[in-house]
Amino acid sequence: MENKPPGEDVEKVVALNADTTSQMDWSAILTQLAETQDKKLYITLFRHFAPKVKAYIIRLGLVETTAEELMQETMLTVWRKAHLYNRSKAAASTWIFTLARNQSIDWMRRQKYPEYELEEWTPDPDDSDRGEQSVTADRMARAVQSLPENQAQVIYMSFYEGRSHSEISSRLGIPLGSVKSRLRLASEKLKTIWRAEV
Amino acid sequence: MNIRHHLDEATLMSYAAGSLSQAMALVAACHLSMCPECRARAQASESIGGMLLEGLDPVDISDDALDAVLAAIDKEPEVVEIIREPVRTESDVPMPLADYIGGSLDTIEWKRIVPGVWYYDLPCHTKGVSRLLRIAPGKAMLPHTHDGNELTLVLRGSFSDEIGRFAAGDIADLDDQIEHQPLVDSEEDCICLVATDAPLKFTTLLGRIMQPVTGF
Ligand SMILES: [Zn+2]
Repeated sequence: MENKPPGEDVEKVVALNADTTSQMDWSAILTQLAETQDKKLYITLFRHFAPKVKAYIIRLGLVETTAEELMQETMLTVWRKAHLYNRSKAAASTWIFTLARNQSIDWMRRQKYPEYELEEWTPDPDDSDRGEQSVTADRMARAVQSLPENQAQVIYMSFYEGRSHSEISSRLGIPLGSVKSRLRLASEKLKTIWRAEV
Repeated sequence: MNIRHHLDEATLMSYAAGSLSQAMALVAACHLSMCPECRARAQASESIGGMLLEGLDPVDISDDALDAVLAAIDKEPEVVEIIREPVRTESDVPMPLADYIGGSLDTIEWKRIVPGVWYYDLPCHTKGVSRLLRIAPGKAMLPHTHDGNELTLVLRGSFSDEIGRFAAGDIADLDDQIEHQPLVDSEEDCICLVATDAPLKFTTLLGRIMQPVTGF
C-alpha cells in the first residue's frame, strides 16, 4: 500500500454505487438472525457482505489470501456476535464495517484495536418501525458524491487506506492542520445528512 | 462526570476509520467509554464507514468460503444470549485501559523523571508516545511542542493550561499549533493518559536535557 499514489482511487469513491443499498433492509435481516439463528438469513447476509468486506480489506493494503482469511473471520464474527447487534444504534453495514475494521487492525498490529465500552443493551420497544438505517446508507452515498474532491480524498485515505493525519499530510504535502480541517468539514456535511435521517 | 473538553472531530473520524495509531486510539477509546456525547458522535462517524463499505464494488471470494464459514459455525457452541453487563466498578481506570494495566491506578510501578513527575510506559506497538503521567500538585509537565497530534486524557486530579482547566474525563486534543505547559491544580496527584503520533520537542533547556532520559 505504500507504493500507491495518494488518493489514487478518488474517482471510485465519487462513483459510489448509490442504488445497491436500497432494496434490502439488512438491519432488519441481521436483527432477525439474532433472534432466530436462521442459517438462511445468515447466508443472505453473507452473499451480500462477504465480497464487500473482502474488497474493504484489500483496500487497506492486505494481500488477497490474507483478505480472504480475514473476511471469513469477520463473517464468522457476524454469526457469533449477532446477539449483540442493536439496530437502533447502527445500520447492519456500520456494524459489519466495525467488525471488519477491528479484525484487520488486530491482524496488522498484532494488538487489539481499542474499543469503547458497549452501552448497556436494552431491547428497543420501537424496533418494528426502524427501517430507515438502510435509507441512510443510500443518502450518505449520495452525500459523499457531493463532497468537494479534496474532502472526499481525506475521507477515502482515512477509511479505505487507514492513513493517519500525519501520513495524509506528508502524502499530500499539506499541513497537518489542513488535513484536520478537511476531515472536519467533510464530517460536518455527512453528519448533517445522517442526523436528518435517523 | 461533567466533561467539558471533548475529542476533535478530525480525531473521531480517524478513530472510526481505524486510522489512529494504537496509542491515540487507546486514549480516544478511553474518553469514549467515559463520554456519552462523543460516543454518539463516534457512532455517526462509524456510519460513514458503513456507508463506504456498502458502496464498495464486491470482489471475488473463494468458491468454498461460505461452506468453510458454515462448517465453522456448526462447530460453534450453541449461541447463548449474553447481555453484556458493562463492568461498573469504582475504579477510575476506563475499560480500554484496563486491558493494559488492570483495574487500578494505585498499583502502577511508576518511574520518576524529576521530583514530582512520574511516568509509566504502556506496551503499545506505536510510533509516538503512549504513557501514563503522574504529576504532583503545583508541578507542571515539561513545556513542549509537537510535530503531530497529542491526546491527553485526565484520569484523576486536574490541570490547567493556556486553553483551560481539565478534570477527570476531559481530553486535551491538540496539534502542532500549540505550545503548552499544563500545571497541576488539584490537591491530589494528577494522573493522565498521554499519546502522541510523533516524538515531543521540548522547548526548555531542562526538557532538552531530560529528553534522552525520558525517551520522549
Ligand atoms: Zn467527549
